[in-house]
Amino acid sequence: MGRLRGLVCRECGHLYGIQPIHVCEFCFGPLEVAYDYDLIRSTVSREAIAAGPPTIWRYKALLPVDDEPIIETYAGFTPLVKAENLGRLLGLNELYVKNDTVNPTFSFKDRPVAIAATRARAFGFDTIACASTGNLAAAVAACGARASMRAVVFIPADLEQSKIINTAIYEPTLVAVTGNYDEVNRLCSEIADKYGWAFVNINVRPYYSEGSKTLAFEVAEQLGWRAPDHAIVPTGSGSMFTKIWKGFQELHKVGLIEAPATHMTVAQAAGCAPMVDAYDRRTLNVAPVKPATVAKSLAIGNPADGYYSLKIIKETGGHAVRVSDAEIVEGMKLLARTEGIFGETAGGVSVAVARKLAEGGHIGRDEVTVIYVTGNGLKTPEAVAEHLAPPITIAATMEAFEETLEQDHSGAAAVA
Amino acid sequence: MAKQRVKFTFPPNLITQPVIYNMGRQFDVVTNIRRANVTRDRGWVILEISGDVPEIERAVSWATSQGVRVDPIEGDIVAG
Repeated sequence: MGRLRGLVCRECGHLYGIQPIHVCEFCFGPLEVAYDYDLIRSTVSREAIAAGPPTIWRYKALLPVDDEPIIETYAGFTPLVKAENLGRLLGLNELYVKNDTVNPTFSFKDRPVAIAATRARAFGFDTIACASTGNLAAAVAACGARASMRAVVFIPADLEQSKIINTAIYEPTLVAVTGNYDEVNRLCSEIADKYGWAFVNINVRPYYSEGSKTLAFEVAEQLGWRAPDHAIVPTGSGSMFTKIWKGFQELHKVGLIEAPATHMTVAQAAGCAPMVDAYDRRTLNVAPVKPATVAKSLAIGNPADGYYSLKIIKETGGHAVRVSDAEIVEGMKLLARTEGIFGETAGGVSVAVARKLAEGGHIGRDEVTVIYVTGNGLKTPEAVAEHLAPPITIAATMEAFEETLEQDHSGAAAVA
Repeated sequence: MAKQRVKFTFPPNLITQPVIYNMGRQFDVVTNIRRANVTRDRGWVILEISGDVPEIERAVSWATSQGVRVDPIEGDIVAG
């Protein structure tokens, strides 16, 4: 047996070989990739990782691929920004922003998709597919182009034009489905059952979701090989949240960091906060909700990993916090004006939640805190468009300019 | 013969009702429960429904009309 032990059921522990399945045949529980950590421990080192490419593939030893050729989309190894200005405002001396807005298609989804596609190609699939309202659609379409694989992307028929363009440019087979969210969901589940495609978040989901571990690997490496004290994670399905925690744990299991003592916090939009609802009710059972929030990339009313995320919050002494749409917009603006990072709405959720935790005294002044910002603001400009000051319009004369300058105190201060 | 794997989520008013039994009586489908969690005010059941496709669809529609939320077992598939 090699580095990959197989797929293990999260519920009953049944072990399967590495194959394109995602559900346990016995209990219908979700499957997860299992590794031989002792074997990995004997081969992996900080130096070997540092000598690898500046992408997710530097952590190949802990990713679910064998010797097949990888699909290098140059995802990952994004900056971990020491947020001095934002930190000063929140009263935190050790605040960092994981800036994942700078991936190839401008969201963290490039990470799991590169792994899903690599694995899918090794299984013999020639088509990768997904159903998405934005970030995943673009990532799958672009990866398909890069890997010369057919990409089939399902989107709701009422999706905004800007988001359609972000995917259509890569020329996938783009299918707009009419009907409400639940109907689109059900249809895609049936299509995934019937067609022999690699549906990234269905039949190759165990491999796909492992890609999000790299968000933990990178943060730990960038912090000088340690896990943070707090991780604030924008959460929809809970897949990324659970995998970030798994990532920190794995680094410890293979001897690269001390045991992580990270408080893992789920950050959700109030208009779609099924996990926060469950957390408040002190239960691990998530009741599905109908999403209504400006944070569309987190609008997952029935999160697949809700139960597992809540378990992690409990286990790590973390929190589950919701913020309103107004707070989300303010969070986006705050991040932009303090650190020069334009994150999407989900990033606004993380920042707003960090602010709430800091103000509530839940984060110590010197505790190392990482805010995950996982998508680019240019994807959702409409969310903030109405909340920004319009430009100052002047006639093309020096007089008009200087008159304006006098009125604009901030401008005057900058010139002085 | 087709098979569909679904998750039923029950609102409080249906917790004490034999919904799955009634579905099997009213429609020509076989239900096979694999995992469940039912408390006093909430419950979910993960089950496999076997039968002809149109009959499964009718059975699922009926369950929905009774107030049961029916989802793919994978949770939401449409991602952000």
